[in-house]
Amino acid sequence: MATTATIHAHAAPEGFVRKYIFSLDHKVIGLQYYFLALVAVFVGMFLSLLMRVHMIWPTAVLPLVGEIKPETYLSLLTMHGTIMVFFVLTTAPQGGFGNYFLPIQIGAPDMAFPVLNMLSFWTTFIAFITILAAFFVTGGAPLHGWTGYAPLSALSNSGPGEQLGADLWITSIAIFCVASLMGALNFITTVLDLRARGMTMMRLPLTVWAWFITAILGLLAFGVLLSAGILLLLDRNLGTSFYIPLVVVNGQVMGHKGGSPLLWQHLFWFFGHPEVYIAILPGMGVASQLLSTFSRKPIFGYKAMVYAIMAIGFLGFMVWGPPYVYERHEPLLSICFLADDHGHWRAFSHQDV
Amino acid sequence: MGLILLTVIWLITFFSTYFFAAKTWWLPHGASLATAGIDHQFAVTYVLMGFVFVAAQGALGLFVWQYRDRGSASKVTYSHGNTTMEVVWTALTAILFIGLNLMGSPIWAAERFAPADPGSVPVEVTGMQFAWYFRYPGLDGKFGRTEPKLMDPSAGNEAAVGLDTTDPASKDDVVTGTMYLPVNRQVDLTLRAVDVIHSFFVPQMRFKQDAVPGLAIHMHFTPTEVGEYEIACAELCGLGHYKMHGMLHVVSQEDFDKWVAAREAEKQ
Repeated sequence: MATTATIHAHAAPEGFVRKYIFSLDHKVIGLQYYFLALVAVFVGMFLSLLMRVHMIWPTAVLPLVGEIKPETYLSLLTMHGTIMVFFVLTTAPQGGFGNYFLPIQIGAPDMAFPVLNMLSFWTTFIAFITILAAFFVTGGAPLHGWTGYAPLSALSNSGPGEQLGADLWITSIAIFCVASLMGALNFITTVLDLRARGMTMMRLPLTVWAWFITAILGLLAFGVLLSAGILLLLDRNLGTSFYIPLVVVNGQVMGHKGGSPLLWQHLFWFFGHPEVYIAILPGMGVASQLLSTFSRKPIFGYKAMVYAIMAIGFLGFMVWGPPYVYERHEPLLSICFLADDHGHWRAFSHQDV
Repeated sequence: MGLILLTVIWLITFFSTYFFAAKTWWLPHGASLATAGIDHQFAVTYVLMGFVFVAAQGALGLFVWQYRDRGSASKVTYSHGNTTMEVVWTALTAILFIGLNLMGSPIWAAERFAPADPGSVPVEVTGMQFAWYFRYPGLDGKFGRTEPKLMDPSAGNEAAVGLDTTDPASKDDVVTGTMYLPVNRQVDLTLRAVDVIHSFFVPQMRFKQDAVPGLAIHMHFTPTEVGEYEIACAELCGLGHYKMHGMLHVVSQEDFDKWVAAREAEKQ
């Protein structure tokens, strides 16, 4: 492994910026991800607190926030859901803990691509700033829910917040996708190529297996969401009709024709369902590892656990079908997908308000 | 410590199971033909899952206590797993999952894939920000043409759905903001949305289906009890989503005929 040693052997960085801000060190990047997620979780919690306060005192006028109108409430709900799902649940377990511990657990000097690692963090950071910006533009934050169903999310006159706020929301998610793709590539390469001698795949700690499968899920899911987001931006700003059929908003015939709202659901849930497992798999890996370590026992059924993690990843993709089944009529498909989907559908949904 | 954990785990299990067993927050009264099947499927699923949940949590509490750290007195054993047990519980879970779904899908499919009865009442449901409109075809049994450019939500009813009055079939079409249905007769629904996605949800009918712009979705259900039921929108559709609801009046066939005749007379 002389090559990896040569690539990754580098002198300790000097200077504050190289050491703590644009760092190439997986531990520093892991901490950066972790603290970004920590900031995001406080923002998300603050938003849900505002929703609760509104429920207790519906007419209260809050300092700085003002009156919480129905559209304000929906904006809070949308931004809470999006920030929590993307910048907390996706960021902390994989980007934070994964970056910090994965190289240590497989005996690698660092992640496979340190520069890419730094870029993926800072791209995530830009995505976070972009989504926060949606609060401060004319019309405010979007109200289309974290699933951003078209045509609600595709028409700028479908509600307040659906103007620049919605564009920023989509742009933020697209940037986040790019960052996650870079991260996923790095995780997969590191696990496959940088394991220490003797660390075979079937000896990997379950945390590493979980991060590895999560990265594969991310690689497949975020690419699709990125393209879905770009199509949505085109529909909103360049007059295309990917997601918009002939619609009439408040008596006004819009200039779109022939698009399909279901297309967005397909593409979104092709990301959305694996996302559930992207969020939970690292936690499952950590739970297995911690229990085994602190009870000083080997993992019960290690191989079965590895296959189970793989199966969760595979089935996680299969559940993308159901929204289609709920909207349309596909008898055979529905039975296959329902068997797979029991209990997963709407597990994450903030739409049932 | 082991005993405290056991108590906490068992108490959590007891309280979370209690609210289901006592039906503290349960489904509203069902008043449609599908109620029996859906509620039965719901109950079977909860009972089976409840049994698995209580057994698993019970064992968890017990094991935490039984295998607590007892100092150095006890002899340590190490296990790497048990393939037979792994296979058995994976297979049982799979059977339970697939079994429940095979049981449930015919109930779910009945209102969707089977065509509506010949004698059913045709009603077209249109969702728009933020109201539901219901169209009845009148005596000719045919829905007239609608035109997007004629839609005027502020005028309500016929104008809101853009009914083209030059079409002879639309002359006797009746559009209302309140849904009337005769009891014990199937209703053949056509669900439409004009702007964004809405979802037609009547809890007492055990009925929920998205209305999607660009699609006409056919479904049917049969109300079995006279009464008034709330229709809600169950898909986030914009700032007025919270107030997008309507009423469903299920009346006798006689009252239904009278109501239709009155609406037709109003129109002339």
